[in-house]
Amino acid sequence: MKLSFLYPEFQVIRDESKCIQCEVCVRQCAFGVHTYDKDEKKVTSDNLKCVGCHRCATLCPTQALIISRYPQDFRENYNWRKDVIRDIFKQSESGGVLLTSMGCDKEYPIYWDKLLLDASQVTNPSIDPLREPMELRTYLGNKPEKLEFSVKNNSQATVNYKLLTKLSPQLELETPIMFSAMSYGSISYNVCLALAQAAKILGIYYNTGEGGLHKDLYKFGKNTIVQVASGRFGVHSDYLNVAAAIEIKIGQGAKPGIGGHLPGEKVSKEISETRMIPEGTDAISPAPHHDIYSIEDLSQLIFALKEATCYTKPIIVKIAAVHNSASIASGMVRAGADIIALDGVRGGTGAAPTRIRDNVGIPIELALASVDERLRKEGIRHRASIVIAGGIRNSADVVKAIALGADAVYIATSALIACGCHLCQKCYTGKCNWGIATQDPYLMKRINPDIATERLVNLIHAWSLEIKEMLGGMGINAIESLRGNRLRLRGIGLTDTELKLLGVKPAGESL
Amino acid sequence: MNRIEPHIPGGCSVAGILNEKKGFIKGEQIIKMITVMHERSNGLGGGFAGWGIYPDNKDDWCFHLFFDNEKSREFTEEYLKHDYEIMKKEEIPTRKVKVIDKRPLIWRYFLRINREKKNEFYELTEEDIVMNSVMKINEEFEGAFVVSSGKNMGVFKGVGYPEDIAEFYRIDDYQAYLWIAHGRFPTNTPGWWGGAHPFGLLNWALVHNGEISSYGTNKRYLEGFGYRLMLQTDSEAILYLFDLLLRKHNLPFEIACMALAPLLWDEIERMNEEEKQLLKAIRMVYGSALINGPSSLILGYKNGMLGLNDRIKLRPLIAGRKDDLFYLSSEECGIREICPEPDKIWAPKAGEPAIGELKL
Repeated sequence: MKLSFLYPEFQVIRDESKCIQCEVCVRQCAFGVHTYDKDEKKVTSDNLKCVGCHRCATLCPTQALIISRYPQDFRENYNWRKDVIRDIFKQSESGGVLLTSMGCDKEYPIYWDKLLLDASQVTNPSIDPLREPMELRTYLGNKPEKLEFSVKNNSQATVNYKLLTKLSPQLELETPIMFSAMSYGSISYNVCLALAQAAKILGIYYNTGEGGLHKDLYKFGKNTIVQVASGRFGVHSDYLNVAAAIEIKIGQGAKPGIGGHLPGEKVSKEISETRMIPEGTDAISPAPHHDIYSIEDLSQLIFALKEATCYTKPIIVKIAAVHNSASIASGMVRAGADIIALDGVRGGTGAAPTRIRDNVGIPIELALASVDERLRKEGIRHRASIVIAGGIRNSADVVKAIALGADAVYIATSALIACGCHLCQKCYTGKCNWGIATQDPYLMKRINPDIATERLVNLIHAWSLEIKEMLGGMGINAIESLRGNRLRLRGIGLTDTELKLLGVKPAGESL
Repeated sequence: MNRIEPHIPGGCSVAGILNEKKGFIKGEQIIKMITVMHERSNGLGGGFAGWGIYPDNKDDWCFHLFFDNEKSREFTEEYLKHDYEIMKKEEIPTRKVKVIDKRPLIWRYFLRINREKKNEFYELTEEDIVMNSVMKINEEFEGAFVVSSGKNMGVFKGVGYPEDIAEFYRIDDYQAYLWIAHGRFPTNTPGWWGGAHPFGLLNWALVHNGEISSYGTNKRYLEGFGYRLMLQTDSEAILYLFDLLLRKHNLPFEIACMALAPLLWDEIERMNEEEKQLLKAIRMVYGSALINGPSSLILGYKNGMLGLNDRIKLRPLIAGRKDDLFYLSSEECGIREICPEPDKIWAPKAGEPAIGELKL
């Protein structure tokens, strides 16, 4: 056996005085950290296998376990940090591309934390959301620049006019938050079910990702956004028609410019049926759509999907936030996209090459600011809504995103954390001890879909209440008056260039 | 004069009076209305707008202009000469009022658009051409500011209590079929006469009491339609919103008001299907035009006067009627002062416009 230079990343500290040898930890860990030694009648742990997901520590009935960082670090220095050394060791042992999961965890600026919100004082009363109406309802889709009416000549009517303009199909959201694309395959059926149920209760939408739609989830079609990605897995007429909207996935924030890969081991019978591929075969999404090599090809796909669904659904086009997002987005709108989804560098994934995840793309805040500004400058902002994704962590992020110019946000990592995810970044192994990113029936059972639904509903309710509080504080009682209202934002600790790109004034400067 | 005035929030008084038969109302009537609400202003801004005041030049565009000095006047006049035929120009007559100091030069021009200009911009309406001139002067010409730009109407405003401004501008010498007035209570030192109310553009003029929380959204929305918001005040944004919805988008008054102060979703859900779809469409398409936050406003225009509150009525507005006269006022006393026994007096509901129109 070859010698590995790797130290463990975590250590399992077991308080022997508390441990009752119940073997809960043994059963809970799919990575095989804990084993019961029959001869010694004692549970022991292998630190090297631990991924730090905290499943055992959370479930240990006597709190006998603590998972901490392994105290022995590599001989790191400022340039050769421990993660750099670890990766070199790993690659020199395996010869492979490094994989990881979830969003980029590197120390790039998080602009949400450098933006502060305004509140009303004296000259403009703040509004108490417990006493006054506070409206978060949001419509996503292409809107006409103006409306036309004719007089009805019916004095009985409350509104004596008839609307002549016909509106394009819209998504109606009770709060400006949706569950972002996570495919059946990358996450378990039970999580898909929980997301669908929660979306229905909340009056919002969840997104199937590129893995097709399980037949048992068709009943949630009114709250479902189906995705058409480069692999076209599970795309057929019923799939398109059952949904509320269709999303063409061009790119993903966690891995801009590259495709996806679901290993054959994960392609179970159910997944194979849903994805429409043979059982046990790899599901590979090419890097580009092979029928989209330019913007006019995108337009053809948009209209092919509109034709296939008789112009009854908005079409979303999702791209990763890259340097040139603004002009790409402008092209997308002109190509017929009704909604633009932007996924920033912090956006999560079930599996991505580490180097791509950590080095490609730009922060969503900057992409959002530039796309919103560009579409306004070109006079086409009304023709598409903007939905952003990639590292939205709480209600304040949502409020700041909308003030910067977003119509709504997508969340995925936050939703998974609500279901129990502890961010160990090992989704790609398929061994998720929390039953989320796995297809192992034994592990999947750990997610009770109804409890997960309740936790998701609680989360979005809580955020919505907080959004209302912040709106009320600003003296605003409808979310549309916050949209693009960058004057209610101030930057702190930002350079002049960053302030200019974000279109906000520095903290301390008045209107 | 300091062009870019910092944002000035504050409380105010507003008043308006319309003769729906187009009979003339003496200037002293509106002066009385606004003066009785003295407490609502602090001497840092007052103004009046009257319609029907220039019957001899009723078909000419009348620009009221502030100039810093003779140089900016000459420069602006050169530009006006280029695009317009100047039918008449004069300094606006004023009285000497001790408390009114730091006055700009105040002129009025009666203008007709050149034939060449019309040919050059054949795709634009006369209104669009005038609006573009106003935006150009206000943004680009140092020391010049267009106070109003309508036909047979004008705005008279400045820094001072409304009664002093009235005395200064000799408002009592004019008679109009429609008057609106404003007394201002800004919360910092005003530097500049242009920031006082009413705000005028084309045949519209607006007085406003409030501070809108949605200003940033409204501003960016308007900029998308070519409006340039120079003053950083809510009232300017509201005036342009009216201009956009009523003139450029040709919306009926009721619909425009539904866009600016829309019903709550709860209320919309309770309506019949056709009305629901109509109101939903208004909120979807005109969401960025919603005026959010405390405001009561009076919009005067060629054919009438409109009073509107924000959608939860955070500022006062009272309406009244007596024979052919329609009144709007921040407080009831404003109406009772000149009309002790109105036929009807009421408080318009939140978001519900009170409209008086000429009946000819």
